[in-house]
Amino acid sequence: MPKLTIDGEEIEVPDGLSVLQACELAGVEIPRFCYHERLSIAGNCRMCLVEVKPGPPKPQASCALPAGEGMEVSTNSPMVRKARHGVMEFLLINHPLDCPICDQGGECDLQDQAMAFGHDGSRFAENKRAVGDKYMGPLINTIMTRCIHCTRCVRFSTEVGGVEDMGMVNRGEHAEITTLGKAVSSEMSGNVIDLCPVGALTSKPYSFVARPWELRKTETIDVLDAVGANIRVDARGNEVLRVLPRLNEDVNEEWITDKTRFACDGLRRQRLDRPYVRNAEGKLAPAEWDDAFAAIAKRVKGLDGGKIAALAGDLCDVESMFALKALMGALGSPNLDCRQDGAKLDPTVRASYLFNTGIAGVEEADACLIIGSNPRWEAPLVNARLRKRWLQGSFPVGVVGPRHDLTYSHEYLGAGADTLRDIADGSHAFASVLKNAERPMLILGMGALARPDGAAVLAAARKIAEDTGMVGDGWNGFSVLHTAAARVGGLEIGFVPGAGGLDTNGILDASASGAVDVVYLLGADEVDTKKLGNAFVIYQGHHGDAGAHVADVILPGAAYTEKSGTYVNTEGRVQQGQLAAFPPGDAREDWTILRALSAALDCTLPFDDVAALRKQIREAFPRFVRLDDPEPAAWGEFGMAGTMDSTPFGSPIANFHMTDPISRASETMAKCTQEFLNNQNEATGTDG
Amino acid sequence: MALLDGTIRGLLLTELVQGMALTLRTMFRPKHTLNYPYEKGPLSPRFRGEHALRRYPNGEERCIACKLCEAVCPAQAITIEAEPRSDGSRRTTRYDIDMTKCIYCGFCQEACPVDAIVEGPNYEFATETREELFYDKDKLLANGERWEPEIAANIEQDLPYR
Repeated sequence: MPKLTIDGEEIEVPDGLSVLQACELAGVEIPRFCYHERLSIAGNCRMCLVEVKPGPPKPQASCALPAGEGMEVSTNSPMVRKARHGVMEFLLINHPLDCPICDQGGECDLQDQAMAFGHDGSRFAENKRAVGDKYMGPLINTIMTRCIHCTRCVRFSTEVGGVEDMGMVNRGEHAEITTLGKAVSSEMSGNVIDLCPVGALTSKPYSFVARPWELRKTETIDVLDAVGANIRVDARGNEVLRVLPRLNEDVNEEWITDKTRFACDGLRRQRLDRPYVRNAEGKLAPAEWDDAFAAIAKRVKGLDGGKIAALAGDLCDVESMFALKALMGALGSPNLDCRQDGAKLDPTVRASYLFNTGIAGVEEADACLIIGSNPRWEAPLVNARLRKRWLQGSFPVGVVGPRHDLTYSHEYLGAGADTLRDIADGSHAFASVLKNAERPMLILGMGALARPDGAAVLAAARKIAEDTGMVGDGWNGFSVLHTAAARVGGLEIGFVPGAGGLDTNGILDASASGAVDVVYLLGADEVDTKKLGNAFVIYQGHHGDAGAHVADVILPGAAYTEKSGTYVNTEGRVQQGQLAAFPPGDAREDWTILRALSAALDCTLPFDDVAALRKQIREAFPRFVRLDDPEPAAWGEFGMAGTMDSTPFGSPIANFHMTDPISRASETMAKCTQEFLNNQNEATGTDG
Repeated sequence: MALLDGTIRGLLLTELVQGMALTLRTMFRPKHTLNYPYEKGPLSPRFRGEHALRRYPNGEERCIACKLCEAVCPAQAITIEAEPRSDGSRRTTRYDIDMTKCIYCGFCQEACPVDAIVEGPNYEFATETREELFYDKDKLLANGERWEPEIAANIEQDLPYR
């Protein structure tokens, strides 16, 4: 605990801090470009110079200087001010004065710090350096003349992203950041745009679209994967223009995935903005809300509850699922399910479907077994945590399931259930690795659970967890990694088959055979819609995707940016989203549609506003009172011992960039698919 | 005495004569009125009249869609939308000024880093309908082409003081 004096004030700081961090603790702001809390220290921008005594009589870079006992640091002495002026003047020598056409203008570190610490004029009369722009894929726009060589982007992509695509070539005035014509292949590459302190790397889809001061900023929750990243949605008028990360150390730190960041243009395309009813000719015709409700009432009223079924999709908020569950209850139907992929999750034991270690808890684990999951695509932010833990050393990772490059070294154990069985009975070598670890964990993906033998896989995973000591005091290493944002919320409120009810596959088979007459799809697009052919399908959702195509009545709902909804992420963390823009046209928030429909069906649901609805949810499930504070789950008996099929575990995601109606409608995500999945834009070797 | 004085002055019509003399004198002085619209008064080079969007001599439009004018406009009369043009440069797709909102403060031309939006010397743009005063980009560029010689001369004259 060194004690040092900063600007005349004495402060004691924890061991291992740099002078810059110590100054921050003391409340003194040090300007910086290259230093970033979550990246390694480079010390190459020289903006953070401070005067330190005792030491050489020259300013020193505070980001790379360990805080020592008895140091006297001055951050605003004449020497420091002169040094900052000088550094800023040097940085601006080769930085173009094109702020008016730069997308970073208004939120630029260099602009701000030049105002605060720079000179008012330039003494540089010679020609400025010019650098050719580089191709970095469909997401990142480059204007490399603006680059000040802080190397934050290089450090991010190598350290956090785990891809060695970016680098700096040449030296001195000829230094350039480049990917040699390749697209940055990280799923989190968009974060370099936020990291870039100048306008060298900017967002391609957002280029020249808006200025930061025009945007209305709304803090909300992402739903495009089950991590529930905290995001800020920037909108102008009623148009969502960009999505930025928000700090939450327990969930996403300050990163978000490219899908979260760039799929927002899908919110403008393929939208359902008015109700539709299938007419006598079998065509979907625009209708009024009353007509749509009348068409549903005509079909549903008087129907036996067992002939009605409901499926909730992957992007649903808890409020709408709760309302639909209440409606189904009022209609007497036990057939409802929120597991579109048919995953054999056990809703009765909470620990069996949660990511029990917590996302931040991954950093405390010391061995990991990944079963039937590709975390790099299913939850890049969880994968980044795994990589962060792996970088700290001694973290053996074993993979059973599809083979992928996970950005950290791992032992590939096998493709499917046979290997899992070996680990479960302790005959596999990796079982002893887990046993010898103090805090082992396993990640169970949907690729292993969304199979007919999913319950047996779940039982085998539970056996591994119990046998290798994953479950104990203060540590539960059994972690289920979901891919759908609505999944845990649906399981928490019991959006699962009631007594004698049908699950997803049961509903699909029953509607194919005619045993179920009416199917209510609440944003459910990932089911095999061909099987719904004979049933009367009501689709409530925001995009004209698979579900809407087979629907007989379409009720236009709101996307995640257009409603204030509650979501539960894969660790059981309850988070509240906010409305950033209004739903288009006649579309409405989803729970209000269900409330209005219930009145048309003569079984009015007992809530009139969102506060009353939330109060009912909290009364029925007290867990929802705890916002952003996951409740630990008690261990129990789950899974069903049985024979496991030896077919290899698949991956639930075939294309990271297109997993839901929003990203499928997004032009940017289509370009990414073209680039990364189909390899359409391979570098020829002559460019870059 | 005063009564006599007043009576004599009244009989001799002196006040009338004095008045007519003033009229006669004024007839030979230079006139203060102008025969508008055939004659117009002088304007300062800083006169803030109708807006115009200028072009460079090579025909390229000056505006780079930095949106500073939109941000500074106290009446929020300016609306801009931008996107990359086919050659990758930053250009407006929409540049609207609501002339009924505009208060002619001139902040937009102060803010403009490329002298694209200017308030020209034209003050005769009254219209018969309100809608005609919602200027779009085409109208503003047409104004720029029409008034370019005057605008350029005004900027030149004002340059030493900027």
